[in-house]
Amino acid sequence: MPKELLDSKEIKRALTRISHEVIERNKGIDDLCLVGIQRGGVLLAKRIASIVESIEDRSIDTGTLDITFYRDDFHQALKQPVVKKTDIPCSITDKTVVLVDDVLFTGRSIRAAMDALIDFGRPAQIQLAVLIDRGHRQLPIRPDYVGKNIPTSFNERIEVELEEDNKRDRVTLVSKKKKE
Amino acid sequence: MFESKDLLGIKDLSPEEISYILDTASNFKDVLKRDIKKVPPLRGKTVVSLFFEPSTRTKTSFALAAKRLSADFVNFSVSTSSVVKGESIRDTALTIQSLGADFVLIRHSSSGVPHFLSKIVDMSVINAGDGANEHPTQALLDLLTIQSHKKSFKGLSVSIIGDIAHSRVAKSNIYALTKLGAHVRVICPPTLMPADVNRLGVEVYHSIDDGIKDADVIMTLRLQLERQTKGYLPSLREYFKLYGINHDRVKLAKKDAIVMHPGPMNRGVEIASSVADGPQSVILEQVTNGIAVRMAVLYLLGGVRK
Repeated sequence: MPKELLDSKEIKRALTRISHEVIERNKGIDDLCLVGIQRGGVLLAKRIASIVESIEDRSIDTGTLDITFYRDDFHQALKQPVVKKTDIPCSITDKTVVLVDDVLFTGRSIRAAMDALIDFGRPAQIQLAVLIDRGHRQLPIRPDYVGKNIPTSFNERIEVELEEDNKRDRVTLVSKKKKE
Repeated sequence: MFESKDLLGIKDLSPEEISYILDTASNFKDVLKRDIKKVPPLRGKTVVSLFFEPSTRTKTSFALAAKRLSADFVNFSVSTSSVVKGESIRDTALTIQSLGADFVLIRHSSSGVPHFLSKIVDMSVINAGDGANEHPTQALLDLLTIQSHKKSFKGLSVSIIGDIAHSRVAKSNIYALTKLGAHVRVICPPTLMPADVNRLGVEVYHSIDDGIKDADVIMTLRLQLERQTKGYLPSLREYFKLYGINHDRVKLAKKDAIVMHPGPMNRGVEIASSVADGPQSVILEQVTNGIAVRMAVLYLLGGVRK
């Protein structure tokens, strides 16, 4: 049975807090750009953008980033890669880019995302916002904004389900079945 | 969804595999529009081209595709190699493999050479044109081009005009288009029609005006002058008159029809300059799409390896 870690209200609160923190840390949203990592991060970046826009009463550039071509496990991954859209709508050079992802785990996706991002320009700064930090980092990467820290065991899995995918908003912890 | 080591032809691919390659290619199309047109997935991999027949666009396009994926590209030029000293193609391929190549692109005047090599080497073999058999990446880039102009392949009318019997481009396109549900008509003089054409699931026309009528896509093929020594045609002028694509003939097709040519063009033989350079021509777009498709093929084959 999956264990529910966050419900719809808690997700909303976490994202609202992250939005405020982003604005506070950067003293407004001038030269700020949100980039969601495909796929969960894209939906969350959109939500953060709409909260930020309602607070600041103006629009913020929001992009999407696919990291498939930059992964370091391409030659080992068994699954066939499905590449999704990358769309960076503005120049990121000299801007502060807030990368948004759903779950921060080993940090390898973020490494790939930073490489991918730098191919589009030289940002003044890259910050990282995640809904869940579950630990087990394999690279020296730390998030700037965290929805919730959840200590997990390596074999567990965090699932983020969102309304945009016609599901109820919630975050659950699933224990992986042991291989037989 | 795409599990094989090699890309030998379209004939063995499923519609799902074709769509998967096209989807991946359209992402590479976006990469090619960026300022930095290079991505890292094939870093440290080596692609070797082994072309026994002349080629400009296929080889250049593959070379660019490999480099855009951060692979190393080496051109094995047959005319200055040990092949002229009598080395067999098997030994040449094994030598290339021992040099550390991960992919070999092969073009040969005999059908089946890539298939033969794929059984001998562990490298990924990519067919870049084998005799009159197949030229899979050309068909894939044609599909990618059609896809960006037309909603769906289902029910699409595609007229292929030219030397069907000698054309590997036609063969691969016929396999690909019929698999995806398009209606394919082939138009050519009886002397240039392959004997087994009825097995390909196409409609056969000998009159171009009937064959082009209401088509969504006009695909004209290069008349392979180097293979015309056997007297299949009375003269090139007559061919242009009877089978060349000119302005009036394009008008018989649908208003929004596109005109395609795999290149290199013989202007005034299979296509009039006014059509080749006209508003309905997507010929240069095909060339651009070639890089994206070849990136997708290299990328997907590269991921299959353990």
